[in-house]
Amino acid sequence: MTINRREFIKANAVAAAAAVAGVAVPAQASNLITSSDVTKLKWDKAPCRFCGTGCSVNVGVMDGKVVATHGDIKSPVNKGLNCIKGYFLSKIMYGKDRLTTPLLRMKNGKFDKEGEFTPISWDAAFDIMEEKAKKTLKEKGPEGIGMFGSGQWTVFEGYAASKLMKAGFRTNNIDPNARHCMASAVGGFMRTFGIDEPMGCYDDIEATDAMVLWGSNMAEMHPILWTRITDRRLSAPHVKVAVLSTFTHRSSDLADNSMIFTPQTDLAILNFIAHYIIKTDRVNKDFVNKHTNFRLGNTDIGYGLRPEHHLEKKAKNNGKTAGGSSPINFDQYAKFVSTYTAEYTSKLSGVPVDNLNALAELYADPKTKVCSFWTMGFNQHTRGVWANNLVYNIHLLTGKISTPGNSPFSLTGQPSACGTAREVGTFSHRLPADMVVKNKKHRDLSEKLWKIPNGTIPPKPGYHAVLQNRKLKDGELNFYWSMCNNNMQAAANINEEAYPGYRNPKNFIVVSDPYPTVTAQAADLILPTSMWVEKEGVYGNAERRTQAWYQMVEAPQGAKSDLWQLVEFSKRFEIEDVWPQELLDKNLSYKGKSMYEVLFKNGQVDKFSINQVPTDRLNDEARHFGFYIQKGLFEEYASFGRGKAHDLADYDRYHEERGLRWPVVDGKETLWRFKEGSDPYVEAGKDFQFYGKKDGRAIIFALPYEPAAESPDAEYDMWLSTGRVLEHWHSGSMTQRVPELYKAVPDALVYMHPDDAKQRGMRRGDLVKIVSRRGEVQTRVETRGRNKPPIGLVFMPWFDASRLVNKVTLDATDPLSKETDYKKCAVKVVKV
Amino acid sequence: MKTITKNLVKTLLVSILFTSSVFAAEKHVATLRGEVNIDAQKEPSTIANTLNTDIKQGRNYPMQPPIIPHKTRNYEVNLNSNKCMSCHSRNRTEESQAPMVSVTHYMDRDGNFLAEVSPRRYFCNQCHATQKDAKPLVENTFIDMHTLMKSKITTDNEH
Repeated sequence: MTINRREFIKANAVAAAAAVAGVAVPAQASNLITSSDVTKLKWDKAPCRFCGTGCSVNVGVMDGKVVATHGDIKSPVNKGLNCIKGYFLSKIMYGKDRLTTPLLRMKNGKFDKEGEFTPISWDAAFDIMEEKAKKTLKEKGPEGIGMFGSGQWTVFEGYAASKLMKAGFRTNNIDPNARHCMASAVGGFMRTFGIDEPMGCYDDIEATDAMVLWGSNMAEMHPILWTRITDRRLSAPHVKVAVLSTFTHRSSDLADNSMIFTPQTDLAILNFIAHYIIKTDRVNKDFVNKHTNFRLGNTDIGYGLRPEHHLEKKAKNNGKTAGGSSPINFDQYAKFVSTYTAEYTSKLSGVPVDNLNALAELYADPKTKVCSFWTMGFNQHTRGVWANNLVYNIHLLTGKISTPGNSPFSLTGQPSACGTAREVGTFSHRLPADMVVKNKKHRDLSEKLWKIPNGTIPPKPGYHAVLQNRKLKDGELNFYWSMCNNNMQAAANINEEAYPGYRNPKNFIVVSDPYPTVTAQAADLILPTSMWVEKEGVYGNAERRTQAWYQMVEAPQGAKSDLWQLVEFSKRFEIEDVWPQELLDKNLSYKGKSMYEVLFKNGQVDKFSINQVPTDRLNDEARHFGFYIQKGLFEEYASFGRGKAHDLADYDRYHEERGLRWPVVDGKETLWRFKEGSDPYVEAGKDFQFYGKKDGRAIIFALPYEPAAESPDAEYDMWLSTGRVLEHWHSGSMTQRVPELYKAVPDALVYMHPDDAKQRGMRRGDLVKIVSRRGEVQTRVETRGRNKPPIGLVFMPWFDASRLVNKVTLDATDPLSKETDYKKCAVKVVKV
Repeated sequence: MKTITKNLVKTLLVSILFTSSVFAAEKHVATLRGEVNIDAQKEPSTIANTLNTDIKQGRNYPMQPPIIPHKTRNYEVNLNSNKCMSCHSRNRTEESQAPMVSVTHYMDRDGNFLAEVSPRRYFCNQCHATQKDAKPLVENTFIDMHTLMKSKITTDNEH
């Protein structure tokens, strides 16, 4: 019967296809074009534009257009594979509504906050930006200026932006959207190891015996790593996969042990595993004695809400003491985790005792090599840094770290969250190579390398992502530039913070983007921006792999890269406009120079001649500024990390390689850090050395389970989790414009357990609204499909610009990392 | 041939004119939202049906994974079974008359051919997706390399 049905369809299909094409009879056989002059494609490599996996892609160009893309067979990351998004990269630049001219809100020929978007020239755009920035400097000083950047910026763009803000405008109010994505991971690394980014690499997957996903849906969010995990699990049958999540999803399909836990109780499960390892006497005592310290962390640290919120008033350690800790010994630690018995943890989390024990055994068994993977489940968590600390605990207790197959692995979401946001330090508190603004030595060194006077960089951390929106709303941040992100769609609680903030008449908002996004709509000035292979770039992926690409096609006329915009804008200011008189009086040589000359034409950034750009290569920025600006920025930036365990290779080498994992010492990349023999920074005879800490010891932290900021109650009776989908990249501004990807997943639906739907008198497809204390969003109910929430939880992705789930979410953050918890807030779902 | 090129040029011209006139002066630029303020919302459309026509869709370039032209509801692909392979695997296509998975699917990470589909290709939906009966919100102006080649040949012939 099935075959008959298919045959029937097939017969009709031919006729239907012909009808669609508008031909009555089959077209005559067309001649094959074979002349190599005509069929030749120019192929080049580039890292994928999307996630933090960092696949390499071959890009085929013909007549100045990208006409094909496929997975790069030479790349160790993806070995010829792409996910569905990656395969459609060819089309992301060709949405019909690409922006090609600056647009300013105007009324009667003048800027007006309530005016309509009107095309203006780049000159006029910089005129109004200059006017507004200078006005802000005069009225509020540097603290009135801010920028929201991106883990999708190229390394040079992030570096130029950071320098422009911190050294030029002297404000630390620059933060990337990576704050929403892996700030907790950074916090975890710095707290446990004293140095950022994973010690292991993707090669761990092929070497391991067990893989545990902690609140990460890699099947959708890191698809190519998932192919490697699938490959390992299915080709080596002894390998086990455990998946922990608050709802069942595609990654559960491969799980030997699938566990659905109550939101926030991951903290308890992590402590239970530590307790299990101790109780079953499987602590690697030699490793623990030689390479770790124990500390008790401060608790009751609040939820990163506005200070007047009752939860903040109630919290004991919600200020500077939040990150504090005191030394303890192993016995005290063992006692601390002993309350997390299997029974207690099972009751709290809803995970059966047998599953918990099976999970713990993967870590405890000394014969099992184990990898842990996590992303947003841990990081977007009001105790995100704790969750990161706690997972390191169990790898450190067993010594399962820094060796092939033993790997606590923090995944990243964005293509250069590591390379740009973290390594360059585009955060409000950071400087390049893990340095921070509040440390005088770090400022001194940065000022020296930047060739700017001592005392230029302000010591006080600036406004982080969430605080920026609050300060916009409060009218304190008045000149604001958003670049390479879509925060009006991505930020939590946009109803109460971001939207009123952007539209506050005191503020002037600039948004740079290739497409007219939701954020662009909220702006006062929109700048048309080139993207991906329309410019030269460097990205850094989750395994410390730095990858470069050349510009391959021209951007649509009128669109300019973020780099061009940042550097060109710096020409609008004399250094006297941005630095105080006393700084200039002490450093007379800077007087009379433009900010462009001080920051970019400083003898370093402009060191490499335009002749070093290969003649057959496009490079709009280098040819515009008259020197190889990308190389100059990269080399100046690299000087921060060389010799300090963040070594990068020479710029040109990255154009030849499929990326290299830092530290690159003597031309060789490093696969496993902190382990003698594989990491050149480990001293001979140390075996392991966590050299981010002075004594070479990583810290095992005693930290408890604490409840979420908001939990379901009688009125708002369900958990809401948000997240991403395979077919769309983040807010969908690129992928929603690719017809095949749009039609694969056109709308964001709310996934709900069928019993929850039934209880509320709903059926699949019904129009509903999700309501929280902050706002509401309408969508349709989905009771089947790829996500299967348990009773009491709903999931809605955030890619859909027409259904903004972030009107509903709560802007509670981890007080340590300032990263928002997008996975937990209380809502009700009602029929419309 | 000539007509095709002319039509192409016409389409391109129209699209260029259209693009530049889109932003004459307006408040609502966010194309994916339509004419709706950020603090408002238009009523969500109904859930579109999955296309089940079995009509093969042309590929944008040879390396593009084909989209799935039929429903896959309740197709299990998990640790125990792979429903897609019950029609698309090499030894089932004669019976099913479904297209065989491409030869690349038999290659391991190092490019060696295996006797069976590589486990790295096990989850079909990582690259292949069904399509909903939904009209794209924004047109895409991607140009097929075939169109470029044809126009080049036509131009050559005219000279």
